[in-house]
Amino acid sequence: MNSLDVVGPQLAVLIAAGIIVVIDAVVPHQRRLIPYVALAGLAASALWTVSWVSRGYEDDIFGGTLALDEYAAFFYFLFAGITATIVLASIDWVEREGRRQGEYYVLVLTACSGLMFLAAARDLITIFLALELSSIPQYILAGWGKDEKSSEAGLKYLLLGAIASSLLLYGMALLYGLTGTTLLTEIGSEVAANGADNRSLLIVATTLLIAGFGFKMAIVPFQMWVPDVYQGAPTPVTAFLSVGSKAAAFAVVTRIFFEALSPEFLSNDWSMVFAVIAAVSMIIGNIMAIVQTDIKRMLGYSSIAQAGNILVGLAAVSAGGGDAFKLGGSGVLFFLAAYAFTNLGAFVAIIAISQQINSDRIKDYAGMWKRSPFLAVMLAFCLVSLTGIPPTAGFWAKIFIFNAAIRADLAWLVIIGVANSAVSAFYYLSVVKQMFLGEPAEDAARVSTSPSIALAVGAASIGVLVFFVIPMPLLSAAESAIQGLVPLT
Amino acid sequence: MTPGLDHFLTVGALLFCLGLIVALSKRNAIGVLMGIELMLNAVNVTLLAFHRFTESANPVAGQTFVVFVITVAAAEAAVALALAVSFYRNRETVDVDRINLLRS
Repeated sequence: MNSLDVVGPQLAVLIAAGIIVVIDAVVPHQRRLIPYVALAGLAASALWTVSWVSRGYEDDIFGGTLALDEYAAFFYFLFAGITATIVLASIDWVEREGRRQGEYYVLVLTACSGLMFLAAARDLITIFLALELSSIPQYILAGWGKDEKSSEAGLKYLLLGAIASSLLLYGMALLYGLTGTTLLTEIGSEVAANGADNRSLLIVATTLLIAGFGFKMAIVPFQMWVPDVYQGAPTPVTAFLSVGSKAAAFAVVTRIFFEALSPEFLSNDWSMVFAVIAAVSMIIGNIMAIVQTDIKRMLGYSSIAQAGNILVGLAAVSAGGGDAFKLGGSGVLFFLAAYAFTNLGAFVAIIAISQQINSDRIKDYAGMWKRSPFLAVMLAFCLVSLTGIPPTAGFWAKIFIFNAAIRADLAWLVIIGVANSAVSAFYYLSVVKQMFLGEPAEDAARVSTSPSIALAVGAASIGVLVFFVIPMPLLSAAESAIQGLVPLT
Repeated sequence: MTPGLDHFLTVGALLFCLGLIVALSKRNAIGVLMGIELMLNAVNVTLLAFHRFTESANPVAGQTFVVFVITVAAAEAAVALALAVSFYRNRETVDVDRINLLRS
């Protein structure tokens, strides 16, 4: 088996990054081609994944350290789509910024390949490397802007991120010491066989893993960086962080906890931890979001609350046994995909608007309906989806997650979740109200939309609508992806 | 008495806690970075101790892990210093208490 063929989706992205470096250095007057090279690389990556879907999967690559299973393929498509949307949405911003255009796209593509490796990684070393491959470019991107807020966001993100990855590494070291291997599947069988004797140490290791990944997932109590970095980083980068690295963190956490830490004497504990963290994340995220006046900061807190929603699915998995495994796991994947479309749509609309009104304050969005009907409708639609009201994909996402939680006897968590959805409606819909009922300022000009932005926001919103009307294909893809993982014992 | 696994693990755990304390209490961004380096090296000590004293199906996994940790730590430090320089250019300080422009 040719291993390079198996990592083709990542290679395609990295090759595109290499071509961009060459174009940038050799033919600088052709710079405007760069985004299209990036898009071509992402399209090639998606096509390569399609070819794997048709050729059958390979789950023992490089000595079992990577797997190209349905689970990985699901996330390959997701990350290629996310990154393509980000590239489209960045074109105007990067041109306006006017400097180092090539490097920006190279970093975005490198981070994308890291995210893809993360979804496929099946070995502690590979997981760590993939995590850093995706994180380090994101640190740089967060500090990309010219203003001091952006460099502050970058430094803050990096320092806290590095502390989190040290905690993660210590957890991995303990896990390696307890089991003598770094392969997830071998750790799983070792833990099942002898883990009960070392239960306390395993719990320490698990806690450290949750702390390390919790930072990337943006859950309480590892959320303090989120609002600051979201507000300070350039908006396209914020959009990338909010969907890309969050989805990848959930992907890898699901894989680790299902494949390596699934025996009941452990999973009962971590599912309880996840349930509590989910409840606290939803409550804190939503309450803090209400009082925000900056729309990026508000979406930062809302993303903490959404991470809590996704965690409900993970908590349901082990509390409910075999059936909940499928329900909770596929609910998580469905939510991640729906959330990616929704949040990207919202952020791209914000990118377009904030570029022209030079403000992120919610009150400057007043009367946006009159200044740009298209962007106002799209943004409103995505905010409705974030709330979880039909006709949007966000509605099904919440239904599936809460359904899994009810099957797993976590009714208290569902009650908290539904109450929080009602709270979140308050701040999401107040932006909508501001845009449609507020009066624009006297001198407010129309806000125009460039074709690339319109394409990005249109595609995201259509995705949100389509997955409301026909959620079944996405759900069954999520189900077969989750069943590819080694199931809970 | 020859030092055994417990001794190395204790040293690793102590170093890790010291690093965490430094990282969380230092007011200077470079100091925080030094704390992080200490934590990473504590992880390396722990990994090598496990590698040396436990039976493993894959005898080089622990060492390989350490090599990658060292490499990534170097890359991360490079980016961190670059960001610290860019921050210093804007604000003429690397005091983390003054990284406070972003407030609600």
